[in-house]
Amino acid sequence: MLTPFKKLWGMACWIWSHGNRPAKHLSIGFLTIGGFVAGVMFWGGFNTTLELTNTEEFCVSCHEMGDNVFVELKPTIHYSNRSGVRASCPDCHVPHNWTDKIARKMQASKEVWGKLFGTINTREKFLAERRRLAGHEWDRLKANNSLECRNCHSTTSMDITAQSTRAATAHQTFLFTGEKTCIDCHKGIAHELPDMTGVEGWK
Amino acid sequence: MRSFLISMATVIGFFALGVSAYSDGAATLRQGTPILTEPEAPKMNKVENKDVKRVRNYPEQPPTIPHKVRSYEISTNANKCLSCHARTRTGESQAPMVSVTHYMDRDNQVLATVSPRRYFCNQCHVTQVDAPPLVENEFIDVEHILKAE
Repeated sequence: MLTPFKKLWGMACWIWSHGNRPAKHLSIGFLTIGGFVAGVMFWGGFNTTLELTNTEEFCVSCHEMGDNVFVELKPTIHYSNRSGVRASCPDCHVPHNWTDKIARKMQASKEVWGKLFGTINTREKFLAERRRLAGHEWDRLKANNSLECRNCHSTTSMDITAQSTRAATAHQTFLFTGEKTCIDCHKGIAHELPDMTGVEGWK
Repeated sequence: MRSFLISMATVIGFFALGVSAYSDGAATLRQGTPILTEPEAPKMNKVENKDVKRVRNYPEQPPTIPHKVRSYEISTNANKCLSCHARTRTGESQAPMVSVTHYMDRDNQVLATVSPRRYFCNQCHVTQVDAPPLVENEFIDVEHILKAE
């Protein structure tokens, strides 16, 4: 009964005993240079794949994203505006800094699970989960002081004289003083909102 | 014979009606462009965003919105307007509070929150664009009428 496990164990022992011994036939030069080249290839491949999963085409390739949130994004200012500069999914939803990005990508493996088991594979299921899912993003942006907003919208470059009076007043009173962060007021700017009952600042 | 005459009269009547409707300017939105011609789209005007209150034309007029409201969601889930104009939000926002009549039900019973019948702000309150009026307006402010007397 235990034969397959014994076989597996035997294989593991064989790999360990060979990997643990100095090379018999390969030169140190081959191993050093070969190791370097293999390392470059591995790292390059890893980053290329990582960047591939960090594109809008990748996000929208699942209908959960393409038919819900992406459709909602299109009429908003982050997709269509006077200057034609626009944000794509990862601009706002994936940290740009490498370590944070990897951390977020590891979290996102949960989303693969959701995809496999169809957690939000219909509009109804998506709407039912929307408050929770939006909450994750609000919490993330609140915790990192709206970093993904600030990657483009810097307070240093923000000319409040070019803003409307009420926007200028609000930014001076709450943003520049650090009392609030972007996401505190600007919820639902790129997607439709979930039921906002009980969310601070909403009625 | 009689029924034939009646139907002919009906057809001619409808035709005349159609022609008169077309020629007396009923199709004003087309600006007189023939029905088979694609008219040039009129220029779209920018929404005023000055944040300055406009004078109401009569006391019961719902005040117009003096700012942009692009992508402001008003749905069963959320009401973006109320996140500034609700009673409890005005301290932070310094926006004018939604009138007290909006907190009343139809029996004038004051409620804790905005009455459901007053929830959809843009049913009455609208933004304005700086555009020449599409149709002539002969409205005269009651003050002017009183002064003229």
